[in-house]
Amino acid sequence: MALSKIQSNSYEDTAVHGQRNLIINGAMQVFQRATSATNPGGGYDTVDRFRSSQNNSGLGNYNAEQSTDAPSGFASSYKLTKSGVTSQTSTTSAFIQYFFEGQDVQQLQYGSSSAKKVTLSFYVKSSLTGTWGVALQDGEAGKHNVQTYTISSANTWEYKTITFDGDTAASIANDNSAELDVQFVLGAGSDYQTATTGSWQSGDKKTTSSQTQWPETDGATWQITGVQLELGETATTFEHRSYADEFARCQRYFERIQTDGAGTPIGYCSVRTGSWYGGVPFLIEKRSAPSVTLNGSLFLAGIYGDISSQTPTGINEISKRGCRPYKTSGSYTAQGSFIAFQTPASHYIDADAEL
Amino acid sequence: MDNIAILSPKYLENNSGIKATIDGVEMSVPLDPSNRHYAEIMRQVDAGTLTIQEAD
Repeated sequence: MALSKIQSNSYEDTAVHGQRNLIINGAMQVFQRATSATNPGGGYDTVDRFRSSQNNSGLGNYNAEQSTDAPSGFASSYKLTKSGVTSQTSTTSAFIQYFFEGQDVQQLQYGSSSAKKVTLSFYVKSSLTGTWGVALQDGEAGKHNVQTYTISSANTWEYKTITFDGDTAASIANDNSAELDVQFVLGAGSDYQTATTGSWQSGDKKTTSSQTQWPETDGATWQITGVQLELGETATTFEHRSYADEFARCQRYFERIQTDGAGTPIGYCSVRTGSWYGGVPFLIEKRSAPSVTLNGSLFLAGIYGDISSQTPTGINEISKRGCRPYKTSGSYTAQGSFIAFQTPASHYIDADAEL
Repeated sequence: MDNIAILSPKYLENNSGIKATIDGVEMSVPLDPSNRHYAEIMRQVDAGTLTIQEAD
């Protein structure tokens, strides 16, 4: 092939190459915490990286799950089913939220005359038709850019694309904190509604007065997949990544340390006569030092005998790379040992560094 | 967003972290301002609505 041919890619050709999608887990492949949850109360309920958020309990009761119902080319979606009726007042809201680290969106060049447009694309399906809000928010600057989309047919997958202008006024800090987020609005009262769409404004607005109030319909469903946010004014085809790739990206924010074998070590331990101190490394370096939760108990396998069913006094010395479970009571034979889970099927450690 | 419910916060050994029940789950929280749970604990402490117990 002539060299001139190799170098003749157009801008459009370049734009559809890899690493376009700024969203992690947009195809809803990774559900480390659970594949379903009944009335989880909001928060990171099931799917990795997408948070069920609310103001003044606007979500109410709902069920979340990984669904195999997905548009062509996708194997999975994130599905919410409303349980009961949650009336929206002026101060309530309910929305699915995705946070970006500031250091991952510097290419948007916000706060300069070169601020870039971005295009959000996704597949959505709901039992309710109507108008729905979607917002970009810059939490640090206290600004929003609200737009809407329409679901035309009930219980039918629809593809949506929305382009947002760049914010030329407020810059985004180049750090590991939450600086920009996308909000898919499920319901919101007047405090969160605006008539101004498509531009950056101050305040916490999420949608318009035309918002479909999903929480007010018992049994209503809403599901999403194929979420992509990319530079430019054109939505390109979804950038599919491997499960392993998405899984590792998700583990920067949340990692469940769980083994499938009773003797599989998760760390090491120094046992003293009246205490023990362990070390558990994380597989992926975290965004920040994570909050750590032990579900169940630990098993210390030592050369002079095993120590079973250990509940630590605490877990400290937590860093981006690992943590130290320890116990300062009991009577043991001093020895070195490795740490495993007492019951691998149901015991685990969660390291949560989500935004 | 709605407040995170934080109960019984207590410093861990050598003030190396905080143990607390957060939204119904017992967690060990590092003293890292970038950690959202620590940030919320300190926000509630600063607001005068939460007190952290000393370590044993």
